Amino acid sequence: MKRREFIKTSGIALAGAALLPDFLQGCAPGSKEGMAAMLTHFGVSEGDLKKVMAVALEKGGDYADLFFEHTFFNHISLQDGAVNRAYSNINYGVGVRVVKGDQTGYAYVESSALDEMLKAARTASRIADSATTTAVANVSEQTFANYYPIERSWEGALVQDKASYVQQLNDRCFALDNHVSKVQVSQSDTTSYILLYNSEGMLCYDYKPMVTLSAYCIMENHGKTENYYSGRAFRKGVESLTDDVADTIARQAVEGAKRMFTAVKPKGGELPVVMAAGDSGILLHEAIGHAFEADFNRKNISIFSDLLGKKVCDEHINVVDDGTVIGNRGAINFDDEGTASQKTYIVTNGILTSYLHDRISARHYGLASTGNGRRESFRFAPMPRMRCTYMENGNSTEEEIIAAVKNGIYADNFTNGQVQIGAGNFTFFVKSGYLIENGKLTRPIKDINIIGNGPQALTDITMVGNNLKIDNGTWTCGKNGQSMPVTQGLPSVLVKKLTVGGE
Amino acid sequence: MITTEYKKLAQQMKSYALANGCSACRISIHSGTESSFEYRNTQLEQLQQSSQNQLSIVLFVDGRFGSYSSNRMESNELKKFIKNAIAATRYLAADPHRTLPNADRYYKGRDADVDCYDKQYDALPPDAKLQLAKAAVEEIYQTDPHIISIGGSYSDSEWFSYVIDSQGFEGEKAQSSFYISADVSLRGDGNARPESWWYHSALFWEQLRKEGIGKKALERALRKLGQAKIKSGQYPMIVDNMNSNRLLSPLINAMNGESLTQKNSFLIDKLGQPIANAKLTIRDEPHLPKASGSRRFDHEGVATQPRAIIENGILRTYFIDTYNANKMQTEPTISGASILTFNPGDKDVNGLAASLKKGILVTGFNGGNGNSTTGDFSFGVEGFLIENGKLIKPISEMNITGNMLTLWASLAEIGNDAHDWSSWRIPSLLFDGVNFSGL
Repeated sequence: MKRREFIKTSGIALAGAALLPDFLQGCAPGSKEGMAAMLTHFGVSEGDLKKVMAVALEKGGDYADLFFEHTFFNHISLQDGAVNRAYSNINYGVGVRVVKGDQTGYAYVESSALDEMLKAARTASRIADSATTTAVANVSEQTFANYYPIERSWEGALVQDKASYVQQLNDRCFALDNHVSKVQVSQSDTTSYILLYNSEGMLCYDYKPMVTLSAYCIMENHGKTENYYSGRAFRKGVESLTDDVADTIARQAVEGAKRMFTAVKPKGGELPVVMAAGDSGILLHEAIGHAFEADFNRKNISIFSDLLGKKVCDEHINVVDDGTVIGNRGAINFDDEGTASQKTYIVTNGILTSYLHDRISARHYGLASTGNGRRESFRFAPMPRMRCTYMENGNSTEEEIIAAVKNGIYADNFTNGQVQIGAGNFTFFVKSGYLIENGKLTRPIKDINIIGNGPQALTDITMVGNNLKIDNGTWTCGKNGQSMPVTQGLPSVLVKKLTVGGE
Repeated sequence: MITTEYKKLAQQMKSYALANGCSACRISIHSGTESSFEYRNTQLEQLQQSSQNQLSIVLFVDGRFGSYSSNRMESNELKKFIKNAIAATRYLAADPHRTLPNADRYYKGRDADVDCYDKQYDALPPDAKLQLAKAAVEEIYQTDPHIISIGGSYSDSEWFSYVIDSQGFEGEKAQSSFYISADVSLRGDGNARPESWWYHSALFWEQLRKEGIGKKALERALRKLGQAKIKSGQYPMIVDNMNSNRLLSPLINAMNGESLTQKNSFLIDKLGQPIANAKLTIRDEPHLPKASGSRRFDHEGVATQPRAIIENGILRTYFIDTYNANKMQTEPTISGASILTFNPGDKDVNGLAASLKKGILVTGFNGGNGNSTTGDFSFGVEGFLIENGKLIKPISEMNITGNMLTLWASLAEIGNDAHDWSSWRIPSLLFDGVNFSGL
């Protein structure tokens, strides 16, 4: 079926993206035709870009960028057995940022009309107050590798196909156990068109797909009610809605809820904790990831501010923040200030080797940016953010790790986490896991918070598994009011001691 | 203000939707402006200024329901968007419970304005705003050898909305808000850099506290120096008035109509029953003038009214919107609380602490969560150990764990120190026998 026919027969919620040619979707970001189509779509010429840039720099800013965004968001969800609600949103705008040293001026407009952009540029330019104007470089188009190739775009997805998939996921949940009493399923997809131009002359564009799918299952048994959530997210196209994904989510939600009925709360206090492979990467995200973000270190307010180049954990441990994992929720082709995505080693052989940089912090430290300058949308200035943060494999098997614990906790599913950057105290909420007694998993546990201190927890990692799993959960990271899609991963590890909630 | 042009646009889109297959619809336009200044140590770190607009439409098509929004405010583009939205909605399952509210319940617009908008908003000079961010830093700059870094920020916004629906509802709201905050990081033991913050917010420029924010942030950071965890056990717990909302929100969420219909609540079938200690009385007072949270109608256009939520520990209401009322075959109430007020006690947080022989004062939460169906919770906390009425030691890296119903049943005393600048006006609270885990 041709694309035009899709539009005619599908009743897709949003037509805006049909303005763009097909070849923009899922191809490497950077063909001549692609760039021409993007400029046309946003209604700007290279001459306009240079005019706006000249105004942004008229008060002597060191650097400026223009961030054009057109984002289509579609959501459908199921409640009480029927896909009976939809929500869609269109967001369009241009952010103008001017940087002077560590200082930022920012303004955005919800239009790419030249006069509006000039007004925003004038506002942002005021962060600098020099009498000299900074010169604007010539436009040079840049291309990047594509880490999220897709087969079928979300703009072409039929609402009824998405709805029947969601319905099927609901039905799978109910079929798995007759104690399931309520299931809520939702599916969202986002397609973003990004055009970025900076004062160094670089002009580039990106096409960013995202899908999230989740089920929330409520189960009743003998007068008790329990719940469990399972979700997956990818930078992939419609082809990602497979039977396999639906089956995985249904099983995780139903089996998770079922396990809650026999779960207990551990006795609270300091205990050894085995973090299961996968979304236990939340340990890295909270315990060290945020504290490695270079804005906190540049300001000298992170507990890791004096530890660059120092040994922070066992010499067999390597931790990366990787924006190049194909189809991953945390993948980016380039960050939101035009730096190519990369796999950044933040801990190498136990040594803290790199912070996570944006342009401002990289310049502050006299280093190259690590491609972590991300922003939620055109409404925000970028700052250092994680992508996909994980630990590389060690040598132990998970069985060996569990067997090494006499009395402790095994944690395998998490809802949320948080950290105090300066004090280093981080926490994460354990939705489910098991008690470990005499080297064996025994009773299930549920609903407890774990708290620890970042540098201490890092040195307390005494065993690392050989079973690295990168999680494809629906993780969203919040920082200074901006939400960002991220992921994480971990092989099973043993943390010698953390404070476990309990009664 | 929502311009006449935008009001016309909303009317035009309503007519368009109804002429193109919608049986009913609600259209709202939001429009706002914001500015912010962030100062760090000796320089302005970030300035930002922006305005935004959005049109949202809720559609009822052939017994089906969808909601859609866009910030592309051009008429022809919106028409195309709405046409596609109608077509998309037709592919969903029918839902007989989706209706606009009974029109008798609408706010009819005959009362005095709750007055949440400062008319000087546009006239305030940017330099005065920048100076407030700077002053929050300067009032403590270099005043203590532990200080590593100080941030001061000022932000404001104005926000307008206009709502119409196909049953003839028309409503308008205007709100301004002003905010000032400071954060301080200190050199602590080893590599630790304890941090704290303070803020004030107001709907009116004149109400905004323009001094003392930096000093308070520093005082709060300094008292954290030397934090350590203590022995696990049951302690009486005071939660201060900046944090007590964290313990109330699971309770309020559990009263929500959707939580009830989805069996995702630990308060199902509890109406008229005790769910907290008899000392607890909470009311919704939506019409307090010049107050954060104040409103005459909710997002459906339904008139708000003062109501008892919990009376002497007894649950008196659920928050049930039109859709969930239809589903539950019960009378709707209101989609959510506006301003929560507590019957106060006679002590502030210091008075409550002074009354304890031994206990813990919680001054901050660090992560944690709860189980919405069972009411179980576990939160990270920091604060102070209290002995003989005195704060003797800062603590951190501990968890509290329990169940919401047990916790609220153990409410022992209510403070008198609720902030009147917050929409949830919750004072410091004292609970008996809370499980803390630490060493």
